[in-house]
Amino acid sequence: MVRVLKLELRGITKRFGTLLANDHIDVVVEPGQIHCLLGENGAGKSTLMNVLYGLYEPSEGDILVDGRPVSFRGPGDAMEAGIGMVHQHFMLVPVFTVAENVALGAEPTKAAGFLNLDETRRRIKEISDQYGFDVDPDALVEDLPVGVQQRVEIIKALVRNAKVLILDEPTAVLTPQETDELLDIMRQLKSGGTSIVFISHKLREVKAVSDTITVIRRGKVVGTADPAASTTELASMMVGRAVSLTLDKAPAQPKEKTFEVRNLTVIAPNGQHVVDGLSFDIARGEILAVAGVQGNGQTELTEAILGLQDRVHGSILLDGQELLGRSVKEVLNAGVGFVPEDRSVDGLIGTFSIAENLILDRYDQAPFAKGISMSPARVLENAKSRIEEFDVRTPSGALAAGTLSGGNQQKVVMARELSRPLRLFIASQPTRGVDVGSIEFLHKRIVAERDQGTPVMIISTELDEVMELADRIAVLYKGKLVGVVQAGTSRDVLGLMMAGIPPEEHVQAGKAADTTSTSTSDAEGGDHV
Amino acid sequence: MSEKHPPQHAGGEPAGRAQQPTPAAEETAALVSVDTAGGAMEPSAVPATAQSGQLPGGPDTLLRKIFTGSGMVSVLAVLLALIIGGLLIASTDKQVATTATYLFARPTDFLAAVWNAATRSYIALFQGSVFNPRGNGVAAQFAPFMETLTIATPLITAGLGVALAFRAGLFNIGAQGQIIVAGILAAWVGFALDLPMGLHLLLVLVAGIIGGAFWGGLVGVLKARTGAHEVILTIMFNYIALYFLRYLLNTPAFQRPGESNPISPILDPTAVYPQIFGSQYRLHLGFLLAIAATVLVWWLLNRSTVGFEFRAVGANPKAAQTAGINVSRSTILVMALAGGLAGMSGVAQVAGTEKVLTDGVAATYGFDAITVALLGRSTPWGTFAAGLLFGAFRAGAVQMQIQTGTPIDIVLVVQSLIVLFIAAPPLVRAIFGLNPRRRKPARPAKSREAATTGGAA
Repeated sequence: MVRVLKLELRGITKRFGTLLANDHIDVVVEPGQIHCLLGENGAGKSTLMNVLYGLYEPSEGDILVDGRPVSFRGPGDAMEAGIGMVHQHFMLVPVFTVAENVALGAEPTKAAGFLNLDETRRRIKEISDQYGFDVDPDALVEDLPVGVQQRVEIIKALVRNAKVLILDEPTAVLTPQETDELLDIMRQLKSGGTSIVFISHKLREVKAVSDTITVIRRGKVVGTADPAASTTELASMMVGRAVSLTLDKAPAQPKEKTFEVRNLTVIAPNGQHVVDGLSFDIARGEILAVAGVQGNGQTELTEAILGLQDRVHGSILLDGQELLGRSVKEVLNAGVGFVPEDRSVDGLIGTFSIAENLILDRYDQAPFAKGISMSPARVLENAKSRIEEFDVRTPSGALAAGTLSGGNQQKVVMARELSRPLRLFIASQPTRGVDVGSIEFLHKRIVAERDQGTPVMIISTELDEVMELADRIAVLYKGKLVGVVQAGTSRDVLGLMMAGIPPEEHVQAGKAADTTSTSTSDAEGGDHV
Repeated sequence: MSEKHPPQHAGGEPAGRAQQPTPAAEETAALVSVDTAGGAMEPSAVPATAQSGQLPGGPDTLLRKIFTGSGMVSVLAVLLALIIGGLLIASTDKQVATTATYLFARPTDFLAAVWNAATRSYIALFQGSVFNPRGNGVAAQFAPFMETLTIATPLITAGLGVALAFRAGLFNIGAQGQIIVAGILAAWVGFALDLPMGLHLLLVLVAGIIGGAFWGGLVGVLKARTGAHEVILTIMFNYIALYFLRYLLNTPAFQRPGESNPISPILDPTAVYPQIFGSQYRLHLGFLLAIAATVLVWWLLNRSTVGFEFRAVGANPKAAQTAGINVSRSTILVMALAGGLAGMSGVAQVAGTEKVLTDGVAATYGFDAITVALLGRSTPWGTFAAGLLFGAFRAGAVQMQIQTGTPIDIVLVVQSLIVLFIAAPPLVRAIFGLNPRRRKPARPAKSREAATTGGAA
């Protein structure tokens, strides 16, 4: 009953005007395989998949299903041929139940056009049981965590008998635990006979699940790789030059402590203390990383420092001056550089030009403005040098920032904040959704800022990033500080701290179960030796 | 309903040409697609719709798209509205009705009649608004154009007010009320005070602008302080202004002595706008001020820090706030400026064309201003051009009715159709075959066999 399907892309070329997004790409997805398309943001992976899914028409080349050339004129055709796609941003109706969402587009009906969702429910249960999805067909989608919503998307494809599943950057929106669960699901789907095209630029995941890896760079296939290849090797293929994945960072030379937070409490509109009595400080020339699972007060902490929160108690001192109670503009002018956690929401204005975004918080200062009169020439001039300095890949600074890839957008935000003398630098999720090549670059810039003697605060939910950048690590849990530990603290200890267990308790617990603790931290802590 | 067919037919053919998207559309598609891979930005996951040219990122509401969409759609919307308007004119024409009775015997007669009816009316419209070849001497020949400019004056400034507010993310439909309040103050200064030439007019102008700015600014304050929605506020403020004016016109301070009608005294000669080309035309200084206002708004939006703030707040208030821009202050300021611009329309009415204050001082200029800003895509010069067009419609409609008996209302129909088409850009693009989307998802079974060769391009 299980129909396997061999998918072949032969010489696929896609041009947009003069831009060559895909250049004669050949990919063969063997039945029952997890085939990874690895490439940086903007390499043309998604374009290729949109061609495959019938959203774009290829300029040249053929798609072959089981050796037979086909032409898809829309997602409907692709689905009928057994190809399903899970987009990075889910296509679900939040106020519908899981069953309703799954049925949407192919609603089974009873006589007189009445909906028949029982059949859909049964299919969802069936698939859910088969692969251990644990999805309730009657739950409202808006109540489900992101990871489960993604499973609903997968179910949607499976209900329509997808034999090839395209997953477009599926892990970008997931927490580390959810990512692991997804990888398990992918393996199970594979053993059930479904082939998977896995689009990603995260090397660890790619290595963990792939059978075959095709590396795409600038619209071309640069080669296939073995999942057993080293991460450095894969990264170099993807970026096209040697990349160092471990950050070269001199030990911190902390000077005087110029940034102090005392008893900081932020009260949410619902009365909850989202930041609860925080006290910490950062020295000049030091990076303090704030770790924690998302939603434990990190956002409110940074917003409180910047002056975006209303109900804040305590004290925030920069160079001995109180920042609390000042306007955002005053805080910025006091020398605080701020990279917000979600660039598309509060870091950039998508419809503004790159040049305008590069001066978004300095538009009214010299040399860009004299009185209220702005100088577009100066703004463009500034853009030119920033774009060069931060290697933003764009033909012109006059283009809208929304046209840039995620990594380049982040470079724009970073370039803006790092291009003035700072007294404090705060970066929230500095490399979220950014490709490997850019991560390396951005991390180097952050360390460079530290070495200039600026106190740096990094907020990240990615433990890898925290461990790589931090000189000291502060862990937040439910708005409270669990503890501040030195860099080099093991992943285990940090993981437990992120669950709210203070380091001292862990040390005690660790003594009790000495053997297990050392064996795990050995595996993790290898690179610290 | 034979007149229904031509637009459908006309639409059918070019739609086939949608296969070749314009280079500009292709480029946008390219940019969007490149970004698709970018991932972390707004959804590019639905490229089929994303291809319609909007950039990812930023809160792109439907309203915003309508107001700031491409200028091409504006031009096509006007064209389309004129075509349909022409068919409506034809449908009421006697000659057309007569020829329709023997349509199948001699269809050419019918088509000729339709063409004649429409063109006759539009020629009359043109002659009434731009150039009348039958005029006595050059001066009279250009009189219609002067009239167009006169009527366009309040449309332009009020339109600028709506456009400016919209660029800052506010839907100001209170131009009507702002014109009225400006008119009240300007008129009072004009007839009640006795001042020397020049100074008097200046004071009239200042009073009007302050009146409009106050009325608009008040909305801004309420919005910024309490979060009340500006649409509700401006609608209500329109009513308050109108009924307040009606009340005033029955008080001794405003009612013309010895008059029982609600009408104010005539403004002093020192308080009215001088006529630019002499007394033969109604065109007054207000038109030059409207040009100046357009230049000023352009400069403000594109070359000043204030405009930068407005645009930032309009495009992404959250990012603007994070960058240190005071959103509340921008809201208040932009509403005050918008009110001030609408106030100039009030002054143009009382000190330019009417020279008295009645409860019809704002006519429908405040509401037409929304259409003008819409048609002008909220850009200063676009609004200026749209104001001229609507001025021409208004000026020409009278001549059209006199010459051909076509009712003035047909112009309102055309105006409404323009709004309708602008509000539905995909419809316009589809009719003219400009859609970047290559094809609609056709019935799968059939199409698969047909196109195994892949793309034609």
